[in-house]
Amino acid sequence: MARIRDFHQARWDEPIIFDIGRKGERGILVERPKKEVMEIAGDTSRHIPEGFLRKTPPALPEISQMQVLRHYLRLSQETIGTDLNIDIGLGTCTMKYSPKNHETFANSPKVAELHPYQDESTVQGILELMYHLQEYLKEISGMDEVCLNAGGGSQAIFSNTSLIRAYHEARGEGAKRNEIITTILSHPANAGAPSTLGYKLITLYPDESGCPDLEALKACVGEHTAGLLITNPEDTGIYNERIKEYVKIVHEAGGLCIYDQANLNGLFGLTRAREAGFDACHYNLHKSFSSPHGSQGPGAGVQCVTRDLAKYLPVPIAAYDEETRTYYLDGGFPESIGKIRKYQGVTPVIVRAYAYIRSLGGEGLKQVAELAILNNNYLLKKLESVKGISLPWAKGKKRLEQARLSWEKLTEETGVNTDDIDRRIVDYGFQSYFASHHPMIIPEPFTPEACETYSKQDIDEYAKAFEMISEEAYQDPEIVKRAPHKAALKTQINQDMLIKPELFACTWRAYQKKKSKRND
Amino acid sequence: MIHPYMPNSVDTVKKEMMDEIGVKSISDIYESVIPKELRLDRPLKLPEPILSEQELKKHVETLLEKNISCADYSNFLGAGCYQRYVPAICDEIAGRAEFLTAYCGDTYSDHGKMQAIFEYASMMAELLDTDVVSYTMFDAGQAVSSSMRMAFRLRKNRKTILVPHTMNPEIYSQATHYCKSDGRLVKVKAESGLMDMKDYARKLTDDVAAVFIENPTFLGAFEKNAKEIIDLAHKKGALAIVMPSVTSLGIIEPPANYGADITCGDIQELGIHMNYGGGLGGFIATAMDDELVEEYPTYLYGIAETEEEGKFGWGRALNHRCSHGSRENAKEYFGTEAGLWTIVAGTYLALMGPQGMKETAELIQSRAVYAEAMLKKIGGIEVNAWKNQYFQEFTVCFDKAKMTVKEVNQKLLEYGIFGGKDLSGWFPEYGQSALYCFGEMTDQKRIDQLCMALKNIVEGE
Repeated sequence: MARIRDFHQARWDEPIIFDIGRKGERGILVERPKKEVMEIAGDTSRHIPEGFLRKTPPALPEISQMQVLRHYLRLSQETIGTDLNIDIGLGTCTMKYSPKNHETFANSPKVAELHPYQDESTVQGILELMYHLQEYLKEISGMDEVCLNAGGGSQAIFSNTSLIRAYHEARGEGAKRNEIITTILSHPANAGAPSTLGYKLITLYPDESGCPDLEALKACVGEHTAGLLITNPEDTGIYNERIKEYVKIVHEAGGLCIYDQANLNGLFGLTRAREAGFDACHYNLHKSFSSPHGSQGPGAGVQCVTRDLAKYLPVPIAAYDEETRTYYLDGGFPESIGKIRKYQGVTPVIVRAYAYIRSLGGEGLKQVAELAILNNNYLLKKLESVKGISLPWAKGKKRLEQARLSWEKLTEETGVNTDDIDRRIVDYGFQSYFASHHPMIIPEPFTPEACETYSKQDIDEYAKAFEMISEEAYQDPEIVKRAPHKAALKTQINQDMLIKPELFACTWRAYQKKKSKRND
Repeated sequence: MIHPYMPNSVDTVKKEMMDEIGVKSISDIYESVIPKELRLDRPLKLPEPILSEQELKKHVETLLEKNISCADYSNFLGAGCYQRYVPAICDEIAGRAEFLTAYCGDTYSDHGKMQAIFEYASMMAELLDTDVVSYTMFDAGQAVSSSMRMAFRLRKNRKTILVPHTMNPEIYSQATHYCKSDGRLVKVKAESGLMDMKDYARKLTDDVAAVFIENPTFLGAFEKNAKEIIDLAHKKGALAIVMPSVTSLGIIEPPANYGADITCGDIQELGIHMNYGGGLGGFIATAMDDELVEEYPTYLYGIAETEEEGKFGWGRALNHRCSHGSRENAKEYFGTEAGLWTIVAGTYLALMGPQGMKETAELIQSRAVYAEAMLKKIGGIEVNAWKNQYFQEFTVCFDKAKMTVKEVNQKLLEYGIFGGKDLSGWFPEYGQSALYCFGEMTDQKRIDQLCMALKNIVEGE
């Protein structure tokens, strides 16, 4: 029997931080300059140009230490992190377990207290780690060169698209090849990043197989094609078995092909970008390679590219000098696109990814993919019997590590929609789930991803909750529509305040100003 | 292999699950969809796994032990990444499993996280004296680049952004690349370390969408003509983008108060470890002006009233601006960037309060002034060549000593000191100069040790 929990989230009713503390309280005392220093430096205001001395101190809260700590601890208790729940709901995000052992590495002063401009002789350990991680990622992708600079997956997409631009510019075709093709089910950065770079976007929609329409691709490639940005499997978990044909068509038209492999979790050791013919791919190290997602970062993106594109990569890249047997940062790529992020990458995430690969090896990574696939298919089997849910497209075809389901039938029959269920699931002690990126081409979507770190019991419990919510929807839909009931926030918000510019405020001072204006 | 991160690696469980799905092996599932020609027909060639937690710890720690950190040596490097004192509570909150392992959960599952993010923006707004503050971006470079793109969009048909010659070279490289499809960056001379007003006036044409300045400059000096620079830009219909040092704002006027239209920068200084450059997080801030708000390319966390009077919830607001809302029709792209640091920086600002921010800025300033005075006693080096007033950083030139910065820094390592950032590659016209940074972590004793070591090095030991 699957477990059903009597859950209630902490509800501290915590005031806004500006309402805590009294004038004059101190959260921390800081060091004061010693006498000798003061004698020489004197009054610091003497060393500030006229007109720059701050006239009014910032109106920051003034709170004693225990009260600051308590405020943030209470807010943390009103947050469901992956460590505390069965975080299957955030599909495409790969909310797997992030080993605590790795936190001790990332937080070690030997990582945390390194300055990015330290002499290379003093950072041999981290450079060696980065160099080996690059080598492992070459093997995992099959590509020739790896760059660890990007601060997240979307920045890696931006940087990979920049390589496309550099490649065509070097051939005198930069202006002519002004179109990027992507798919509607690709992450929005696959559309947003090329458009930021000035490209015109062409978007492929899926056909009845659930895969991007191959005929539409054939019809749109040509002399203006700069490249194709494609994901496989997309959020649907449907593997596009004809992926090589897409690559061939774009290559024949003179374009380049970039594989969005932000989520590699169902593919480790099974299939690689190289064999599918791609020119580049990227991974999100904070996803498949296990870093805590940190309330949306810090993340890290890596670019894996073929020899032809390597010379355009952002710099620097960790390298090894055989002669001196030392590691160094190689910034000497004259055709490089330059910097995409300061320094050499998001080091704590890089360290965790290294440790993750070393803890699993090749066989272990393949097992990750296999168990992620098993878990997903087991979850889908369980959800199959939930009334009102369906798995659109590609009937009978197995999904890999995730799937996009639809509550369309349930919505039609009960009026309860995916947003309602997404709020209600919080009452059962689970993270709110990922419906879909916009536009939502599958109605009333829900995209779970049962990573390999969840047990059969976890999946049973998770599926059971949806069975219960479905029953509620059919029997007493108001329970679901009025949800959440047991979350930190027990009532629903006024959505208009997030949509209407005249009501919008993203700081306390702006809210107070607008509110008093409204009341006038 | 039974692995602790994979509960269903136990054969009996695996078999139960396969039976339920109706397959004989897991490979039946993926082989039914991945064609043979695309399947890797051999194991990945990676090192053998280190299976026990203890051995993995030993392996990684042995590797990291080869590093010498700023906790081991005295550090005088800054140049965009700063070694600040990190209060214990910042580490405690950064490590809280709820915040650390949350992701994009929204209004109802992550009420506390949403409040913490809103409070971060609200406290930053007080520090910066602006009404709108963005969610964190990758780094200051991204914040500067996006601020410039905002300016290009707001001043359509203008294709130039003026920047000082001394602009942070890494950010210059980032922004040049990022802005390429909208326009170009043009450098204004800065022979005295500050923007040359004549050259600026000459280059400030009707094609200029914005002027960008750092205050303090990358080389540490207060851009004392900032107000005049901004006023001139406004007269030409151009915008002003200013990047301050957030720590300096405990004692220095925030840019909005001398006319900046867009303030941007990095929050790494606010309670976040350097992490070899992995601790960065950018921000953009402006007045509450609908036209400006519309151009923000990243998340804004809005406050929302609820059915209960006086109770609030939070959510991502005005999402049509972002690529998550409207893909290629959005302002720019964005994604997972540096979220956790908003919560840490918020904790830092709440702890410090106005007095803590003031005293920290004063401490940094006094130590830098003290260091300048002490370094000036050494023959053969030129300290703060242009005699500009500065915050925390200034240049030291070794030309007279006929030594390269590289040589000096190598010798400093023998004293357990990381010397200033070598500027000779980026700015050869300044000779063999280094950018030295002072702050909470470089107390009087460390500064005295630096002076002693430099004296020995340049005057011969």
